[in-house]
Amino acid sequence: MITTTTEEIFQLKKQIEELKTENAQLKKTNAEVQNEKALPLSISEYSRYGRQMICDVTNGVKGQLKLKNSKVLFIGAGGLACPALAYLAGAGVGTIGIVDDDVVENSNLHRQILHSSAKVGMLKCESAREFLTSLNPHIKIVTHPVRLSNDNAFEIFAKYDIILDCTDTPITRYLVSDVAVNLGKMVVSASGVQTEGQLCILNFKNIGPCYRCFYPTPPPPHAVSSCSAGGVIGPCIGLVGVMMAIETMKIILDVYTIENFKPFLLQYNGFPEQSLRNFKMRGRQAKCQSCGDTKTIDRTAIESGKINYFAFCGSKNYNVVSPEERMTVHEFETKYWNNNKKPRDSYVLLDVRPTHHYEISHLANTHNIALKDLQNLKGDMTKLQSKIKSISETSEVVVMCRHGNESRTATRLLKDEFGVANTKDVIGGFFKYVDEINPQLPKY
Amino acid sequence: MSVALTVEFLGGLDAIFQNQRKHKVTLDEASGKEALKLRDLITYITNNMIENENDIPVFIQDGTVRPGILTLVNDTDWELCDEEEYVLENGDVISFTSTLHGG
Repeated sequence: MITTTTEEIFQLKKQIEELKTENAQLKKTNAEVQNEKALPLSISEYSRYGRQMICDVTNGVKGQLKLKNSKVLFIGAGGLACPALAYLAGAGVGTIGIVDDDVVENSNLHRQILHSSAKVGMLKCESAREFLTSLNPHIKIVTHPVRLSNDNAFEIFAKYDIILDCTDTPITRYLVSDVAVNLGKMVVSASGVQTEGQLCILNFKNIGPCYRCFYPTPPPPHAVSSCSAGGVIGPCIGLVGVMMAIETMKIILDVYTIENFKPFLLQYNGFPEQSLRNFKMRGRQAKCQSCGDTKTIDRTAIESGKINYFAFCGSKNYNVVSPEERMTVHEFETKYWNNNKKPRDSYVLLDVRPTHHYEISHLANTHNIALKDLQNLKGDMTKLQSKIKSISETSEVVVMCRHGNESRTATRLLKDEFGVANTKDVIGGFFKYVDEINPQLPKY
Repeated sequence: MSVALTVEFLGGLDAIFQNQRKHKVTLDEASGKEALKLRDLITYITNNMIENENDIPVFIQDGTVRPGILTLVNDTDWELCDEEEYVLENGDVISFTSTLHGG
């Protein structure tokens, strides 16, 4: 007996239609899920990297995958590294390692843009990790809070493809290059001070020159200047860091090939006009001790300490005064300075920092002759008196500089060349005085 | 015969050349002598362009350009063009740049 009403048939038909629609929708969603699983990048990565993928130099998804699969190690997380880190993390370099055991200081912040005031005292590599992780959650950041050395360099480098040398002394630069050559890694090496910067690619695919090919003999220690001693303009060093990121991308994207790569050195200068020069450089040197035909610098020689980078590069010798010729900042404060313990006109307080340093901050009523100018007087007392009227061979002179190094050279000079026997050096210099006696004075 | 050159001191080396990066230099050839070489320019710079003799070791060590200074002939590493033996030509740009180490 047929009991179904027209109304019921209508309802069932409607239900069938609804189920059909739902089924189609589910099929579609399922296909999309399957499709996304098959995609080499997540939907979010497509939109994140879209603007660079549509530049034909990246070769689209293919290039993006090269970036994603690359492993880049930064030595240093300072002025060069900060912008390079930000751009390479932003570009989607899949694994980024950072070697740095320094902590963030206030004096870093004008150029080291991944760090911030709130991060002063924090490890630079951890501060950088925080910034980069929040910039791009799709990449892996590995921190190595150690100082790079003969002992740890091989183990750290082994996990990466490209090394970015963002360090600040020739000692580390030779180490980075030697280890990279031995492990067959490429190095993007840059440096800068004041308004200038330099950049080159080393050991390109094991055929290009290394650091020792360019610089077989290290510079004399007196010719080496760091950012903290020589000063640095933030955007100038930053621009060189940005250029490091560009060169690294070009290596990863295979823009450079064994056929087209020509050794070069980029030289940037920011002031007074900006300029970028591209110098054509020598290739790999057959006689190079690191990468040449009869190389001697192998893993064993480095790890055993036979290659001693400190001895190779040398260091400035400030050790030219005896303990009796020096006083601590506390002695200076209690016996001389505080409440005019010793009348100000009974001795000469000479600050030998460069004038532009002295002008930033100094003790009141002191004399300023930069060490270099003092050296130029060649021990001529008359010339010295034209600068400091009250000085003579019988004067008592107290010498100060920034950190207590150049003041030792100046003390030696005053005693031996000018004949001022009663000359004393203040240990640790003006900065030590600020740290231990009067933190109200500006330090720079 | 003489050659007119542009000589540049980069990477902070200008500090010993009156803080001036670019200099015009004309070298005169001694009569009967062979062509002027880069070696002659280095000697000329050492003897005539460094005002303060204390600064000479900043530029010269063991009779040649000190380690850590790259010498370029028309933007090319001198190692690729005979180093000190390079024969100077009118209009050449010779650059000396100190290696930088800060980072």
